[in-house]
Parts: sequence; C-alpha cells; structure tokens
Amino acid sequence: MTQGADLGLTDVGDWDLGVDQSPRRARPGGALKSLRPTSRHLGAVPFFGYIAIFLLWPTIIVIVGAFQNDSGQLTLANVTTVLGGSTYLQAFWASIRLSAETALAGGVLGALLAWAVAEGDADGVFRRQVVAMSGVLAQFGGVMLAFAFLATFGYAGVVTLALQRVAGVDPLASGGWIYSFTGLAVVYTFFQIPLMVLIFLPAVDGLQVQWREASDNLGGGSWAYWRYVAGPILLPSFVGGLLLLFVSAFSAYATAAALISQGSPIVPLQIRTFLQSEVVLGRANVGKALALGMVVVVAVVMTLYAWLQRRGAKWRA
Amino acid sequence: MFSFRKLSLATAMAVSAALLVLLVVACGSPPSSSDSTSAPSGAAAATSAADLGGMDALVAAAKKEGTLNVIALPPDWANYGEMISSFEAKYGIKINSAQPDGTSQDEINAAKQLKGTDRAPDVFDIGGSVALANTSMFAPYKSAEWDQIGAELKDPTGLWTSNYTGYMSIGYNADKVPGPTTMNDLLKSAYKGTVALNGDPTQASAGFNGVVMATIASGGTADDFAPGVDFFAKLNKVGNLLPVDPTPATIASGQTPIVIDWDYNNVAQTAALKGKVSWKVVVPANEVIAAYYNEVINKDAPHPAAARLWNEYVFSPEGQNIWLKGAARPVLMDVMTADGTIDKTALAALPVAEGTPVVLTQKQIEAGQTYLLANWSKAVQ
Amino acid sequence: MARLAKRTSGGSRRPRSRTLVRWIVLVGVGAYLLVPLLSMLDFSTRGAGSSRTLEAWKAIGSFPELLSAIAVSLELAVLTVVGMLCLLVPTMVWVHLRLPGVRRTMEFVCLLPLTIPAIVLVVGLSPVFAWLTYFFGDTPLVLAFVFVVLVLPYAYRSIDAGLRAVDIGTLSEAALGLGASWWGVLFRIVIPSIRGALLSAAVLSIALVMGEYTIASLLNYNTLQVVLYQVGLRNAAVSVAVSLAALMFGFVLLFVVSSAGSRRRRAAREESTLAPLEAGLQL
Repeated sequence: MTQGADLGLTDVGDWDLGVDQSPRRARPGGALKSLRPTSRHLGAVPFFGYIAIFLLWPTIIVIVGAFQNDSGQLTLANVTTVLGGSTYLQAFWASIRLSAETALAGGVLGALLAWAVAEGDADGVFRRQVVAMSGVLAQFGGVMLAFAFLATFGYAGVVTLALQRVAGVDPLASGGWIYSFTGLAVVYTFFQIPLMVLIFLPAVDGLQVQWREASDNLGGGSWAYWRYVAGPILLPSFVGGLLLLFVSAFSAYATAAALISQGSPIVPLQIRTFLQSEVVLGRANVGKALALGMVVVVAVVMTLYAWLQRRGAKWRA
Repeated sequence: MFSFRKLSLATAMAVSAALLVLLVVACGSPPSSSDSTSAPSGAAAATSAADLGGMDALVAAAKKEGTLNVIALPPDWANYGEMISSFEAKYGIKINSAQPDGTSQDEINAAKQLKGTDRAPDVFDIGGSVALANTSMFAPYKSAEWDQIGAELKDPTGLWTSNYTGYMSIGYNADKVPGPTTMNDLLKSAYKGTVALNGDPTQASAGFNGVVMATIASGGTADDFAPGVDFFAKLNKVGNLLPVDPTPATIASGQTPIVIDWDYNNVAQTAALKGKVSWKVVVPANEVIAAYYNEVINKDAPHPAAARLWNEYVFSPEGQNIWLKGAARPVLMDVMTADGTIDKTALAALPVAEGTPVVLTQKQIEAGQTYLLANWSKAVQ
Repeated sequence: MARLAKRTSGGSRRPRSRTLVRWIVLVGVGAYLLVPLLSMLDFSTRGAGSSRTLEAWKAIGSFPELLSAIAVSLELAVLTVVGMLCLLVPTMVWVHLRLPGVRRTMEFVCLLPLTIPAIVLVVGLSPVFAWLTYFFGDTPLVLAFVFVVLVLPYAYRSIDAGLRAVDIGTLSEAALGLGASWWGVLFRIVIPSIRGALLSAAVLSIALVMGEYTIASLLNYNTLQVVLYQVGLRNAAVSVAVSLAALMFGFVLLFVVSSAGSRRRRAAREESTLAPLEAGLQL
C-alpha cells in the first residue's frame, strides 16, 4: 500500500480504486448512483458555494471584463490592444522566458538537492530540517526574499562589499544588475530550488534500492543506472516539477514588485500599473485582458502537467 | 440527530439555485451604508465658511469633530510634517496620517474602499489627472482666499483647487559626482550608474514630469514625448540610469547620487542630510517644468467640518508659508509677495529657475500617458 | 517497506564516490540557499565601522505600524486556519466516505488557486470586497476569506494524505454501526486519526498567510509584508531584521511540527506529520 506522501502530487485525474473503502459499494447499483445528484450532494454544497463566491466569481469578473469597454459593452478592443501592443507582447515573452529559465535552473539544482537529501535517513533530523527550510523558503512571500537578496547582492550587500574589498571588483559599477532581468532570474531561482526539492523528493524516495542493486549486479555502472533505470522513471516527475515551477514563477508578483521600480518588464508588473498608477487612468479593462492572458498561459501549462501525471502514474506501485 | 437522508433532490437544487441568484444579485454594488443619496446637511453641505456662520463657527464645529484623516502626505514632502503638526497645535484637532508613501490613485482607491467608515480620508492632495477623473467624489468648497487664485488653477465650483507646485530638478551628491547644469550633462560618462528617477513615469506623476523635462531638454515640445523617452533610453544604454527607486535611505547611503525629482523634495533632502551628505539641487535653465497638485475635499468625509478647516488653513498665509518653507511654490505666492505676507527668507531660499515654466494641458497629459504606456517599458529594459 | 529496506541496507554499501557527489551537492546548493540568510543576519547587525550592533532589532519596537501589522497578520493566520479547517475537513470526510465521484472535481477545484494567480484574482476581487466591507466593516481581517482559498491546494493535499493513511471508511462504518452520529464520527473518530495532517495543513496555512503580499498590497490592507515593504523604503536594516525573524519563526514552526509526529510510533505512520507535511508542501 503506497504511503500518503507518494500520492501527494500524482493523483490529478487518477482514481485509485484500491484505497476507496466506501461502504456504498456494498449497495446494489452503487456505481451508477453516484452520478445522479441526490441529497448526499448537499454535503458538498457549502464548499463549492464558498469556492464559487471567492474564486470563481472574481475570475469570471476578470474574464468578462477583458471583453468589455468602460461602459460595459462587449468589445475585443482590450484583447487587440494587448495582442497588438509590442510592450505587452514583450512583457509576456519576458515573463515566459524568465519562468522557463528559472524553472530549469531551479529544477535541476532542486532535483540534485532532493536526491542528496533522499539518500539519507528518511526520518532523520537533517531531512526534516531541509523539508522545513524548503517549506519556509518556498512559501514565504517575495518581499522578504527580495530583502534577503538585496542584503546579499545589493548596494551595501555582503557579497558586493566582499567583492569590492577582496577582489577590487565592483559588480554594481554599471548600474544595478540586480534590479534588472538578470537579478530577477537569480532571486527567482532562489525560491525555485526549495520548491523543486519538495515536489521531487517523493519521486526520488520511490526509487527502490533493489533496482540500483540489480543494475549493478548486471554490470551497469552509475551511468547505466541513471540512463536506463532511474532516469526514465523519474522523468515524468521531473518534467512535472519543471512545469509547476514554471507556473509558480509566471504567477509571482511580490518579489518583482519589491525589486523593480522602473519599467514593468513582466506581465504581473504591467497589471500593477493598471491597478495603482496615478498616471494611467481609465484603462482598467486592458489590465483584465492581461490577466486573462496570464490565465490562458497557466491553463495550458497545467493541462500539460495533468496529462503528464496521468502518463507517469503507471510507474507508481 | 439531523439526517441528510430525509432531504430530497429538490432541496439540493433549490439551495444551488438560491446561491446562483445571490451571485447574480451580488454583481451589483452593496447598498451604501452612508446616506449619500440624500442631500448632505450641516458641515457636509457647506461650500464656504459663510454657510456655517463664519470662521469661528467652522472652527468650533471642527473642534467638536476632533479628528482629521489625511492620506499620502509624507512628512518630508513640501514640509507636510510641519503643516500637520502646526494644524494640530493651533486647533487641537488630531490628524491621522495614512499611507504616507501612497500615490494620488491610492488616495482615491482608499476613499472608495473606506467609504462610509470612520477611517475614510477627509481631504486629498492629488495630481491634476486624477483630480479631473474623479470629480464626482469631491465636495465643492471655496476658502477665504479662493477668489485670489487664477481661474485656470481651480474648478469654477470649487471641486478642486491648485495648492502648490514645484519645478522638476536634478538633485546631486556633490561629494560623489560633478554638478550637472542641464539634463544633457547626465549622458556623460562621469555619471555612470548614478541617475535615478523618482518613480516610474507610467505610475507616478513625479516620474512623468521627469520625462517631460527630458523632452524639453532634448528640444522637443510637450505635445510629443518621444524625445524624452529616447533620452532615457540613451541614458539606460550608456549605463547611467539606475533602476532604483530613490528614497531618503538610498540618498543617505549614497546608492543614488543623482535624483530627478521635484525641487521641494530634493531641497528637503539637502536640509535633512546637512553635515552628512552635501546634497545640492539645480533646476536646469530653460528646462523648467511645473505641475500643480490640487487640494480636494472628500464628498463623504467622515469629518466634514475639520476637512473644510484644513482647506482654509492650507490656503491661509500661514499654511502657504509652511509650504514655501518646504521649497514648494504655493499657488498664492505672487499675491502674497505683493501684499507682503510672504515669508521673505523662505522665498529667497528657493532654487533659482531661469526660463518660463512649462505647464502641461490636460490634452498633452493624456497624449503623454498613451505614449508612455506603449513605449516606456521597452526604453528602460 | 522500501524505506525500511533502504535504512538498513543502503548506508553501508554506498560507494564513496556517491557520498562525495552527495556532499558536493549538499554544500553547493546549500550555500546558494544559506548565503542570503546569513547576509540578512550580517546586514541587520551592522554598526558603524565594522562593529556589530543589535540597534535594528531593538528598533523594531519603535515602529508601531510594524507591530500592529504583525498582530494583524497573526490574527489573519488564525482566522484562515479556522476557516480552512471548518470548510475543508467536513467536506473532505463527507466526500471521502459518501461522494467519491466528486473527489476528482474537488481535487481539480483545489488546484485552481494555483492556476489562477493571485495577481489575476485581485483584479476581480474589488466587488467581492465591497460586499465584505459592507457586512463586516472595514477591517483587514476580511482578507481571511480570500486567504482560505489561497491555502486550499496545500491544505487539501495535506489532509488528503492524512485521510488515505488511515482506513476512515471501516472506522466510520464501525462507529455508525455502534450508534454514533455523523458529527460524532467526525469529531471522535476522524479528527483524532488525522491530527498530524491537520496540524501540517494549519502550519502551511500560517506560513502562506504570513508571507502573502500580492492581494494585501493591491487591496491596500496593512499586513506584515506590506508594512515590511513600506518600512524598508526608509529603513532597510529594520526590515531585513523583521524578515529574518519571520523566516526563522516559520522554520521553527515547520520543523517542530514535522518532528511532533515522527518521534512516536515511527513504524505505523498514523499520526505522522512529516508525510502529510511533505504532501502538502509539494502542492
């Protein structure tokens, strides 16, 4: 019987019959009965009602608003503004590029770290420390990580000062690289790594020692093991992790808002302009069109992810 | 105990339908808890001190309210710190200052969000565009000095009144960089990694007017912002533009040796950093940009009498001189110079500005906004 | 099963080269993650010249807006946890036992808050908040309603892992057969069995609420992160000090919770908190 941790990510769209202990199955016609709405479904109404009010309603407002002009009439003008405006397309491209690059960098480093952690004692203090620290770093908001980053690489940051004193090099001589795209990528990777550790750890846990032993016995070395055994098994989880990292970076707002104050290179910052600017007025619905664009991109990636999970499920016992 | 089994399918459907109906109804706005649809009465209806029976009656009504809510007034912006403390001292009315680093749009957003509550802002100090876009939220009021203000600087019914302005300036750390005299000087290699603009031009009006100054400096006119944006693109390309938001902290630490901002903000830094950093201010000759902020009273102010007393105070010679001390140019400056009520020392301390100040019309502002929205982000990547 | 085998046989037979690679990775990646944290410590304790001082840390108390923001965020965290537990636990148990067909939908719905970024949500939230302030007055605590939605993905996974690890179906049937009511089953059978998972879900929610910036700042509420940013504009050292304190607080919380279950009954993971915690954190 698989443990809870392993099933955490894998069951989107996957109905594991083995675990279901519902007594309902003992009654005749049980399977079909679940499809007709009955009084039992009343129990789920509070939950779905709450979701409808606080999640679906705002989303519908955004989606519908993207197709409305200021007086409420339906129009495609906002969407054409976004698709036709090179600033917006560049922002989307920058967001996608940033998310992809940091997902890859964070994914590889995080996977390595997950492997290193999984090699150790499963219930040990070290593993728990790493999981706790990863949880904190992955969950906590961008503002604190932006400050951490500025304390390290900023104008009076530890690494900057050290480089100036020790190597005589001033990394900030030509302006602030940390406030540019590069800086954003470095700090995004900082919270991609813990996220990948958390996502990938159960997959690495699932690698049985016996498989490594069998591969060694058959004469294959480390390379053969990783290339033919562990690699293919871990690949769906790895790619799934990369996709989730992509979504996480694409949706991130707080870090960029705390770091970048000139220009809005990525889409969430463009949306901020429409909500907070005292200079750009009366164009709120273009902001909604941008938001709709974000939803579309993320939905595509999440669909890929769900499909990948379904494919990878066959490897889990 | 209550058993779900007794309920029928119909009940489940009914509950779902009720929720849907609720959602559709809720798509409208909630009923306003304040009676803003009925005509305002008492202090909220007063359009001048006379309506309440004179200044003394206004002061008494304001003292009775006892509190005033202001928003987005940093203490070191045009000497608002002294404005607030002297108002409190003079009338014994407590001032709650919210969101000191907010923008004009934040003020409007806060007013909408806090409508009907005790924390809603009573008065606003906002830029021209935001004022014109939101006049339905304002209450008309004419202070004692209202008639002396030029017609183009106020709304005819008193919905908004220009209060002070400054000129865009270049503030610089004289210990670290050579003194620039014009905007074009900033393109020189001596200024590598030093120039910071206060705010993103698509978000804040200080940044917006910085671009206007660059436009005029590049030989353009206020009708077309392209030269200004190109200037900043060039500044960025040669590595002189620093994408850091300048704050008193960054100026003190030396991280932003040059700041393009209103002269009253830069002058405030000179005073604050005296002895630590030699911060000097220059208004480039013939590249003088001015933009008035506006004094406005919230229609749904929780403390209407105090709000109107504040309005009277800031336009009185006492209030105008406080702004003057903060190196801002109060709207009644010429009038007060003529009748001798002006603070002569503060007047003499203002940064020298050669050339006619350029003030944008509403049409030019809108054209500029559109251009910036489409082109600014690309220019400073 | 596999884990047990690994623990007894894996360690001694691992070749030295693998251990070396493992340590290189741990040190390398670990440094990337730890250096900024250590920098925060250094930055916040810098005095004149090269001395160390706790000025910035002591000055935290002199920022009333910071203290009230910390209080607001903590209250929001508590409200969010309560709301999440009241909303999720009865529904998940009910679905687990009586509506397995709805499970797929529920899982999809709980993944939605990840698909709909907070920045998108906040664009559409103004009407919702207009009604909320109408009913509840203007208090930042109404943010709890939205935060419950934001924590759903993590809380759902955590509680789901907990529910799967225990045979809730048989236990509840037995209890019902012995005459217990549904509420009795919930409070006396299910909740004690998934205590570890509930604790994990609660801690994850607290972490998320303490770190939330997007919605609070764009709706103009002064929570911890919003005020941290505002204070940071004028006083960087104090902000860095508070950020470090908050990170350490979260770390200690998560670490303690993950240890709480594992020390007792390691073999049977009924009350384990590590597994649901890991499940919740993996999204």
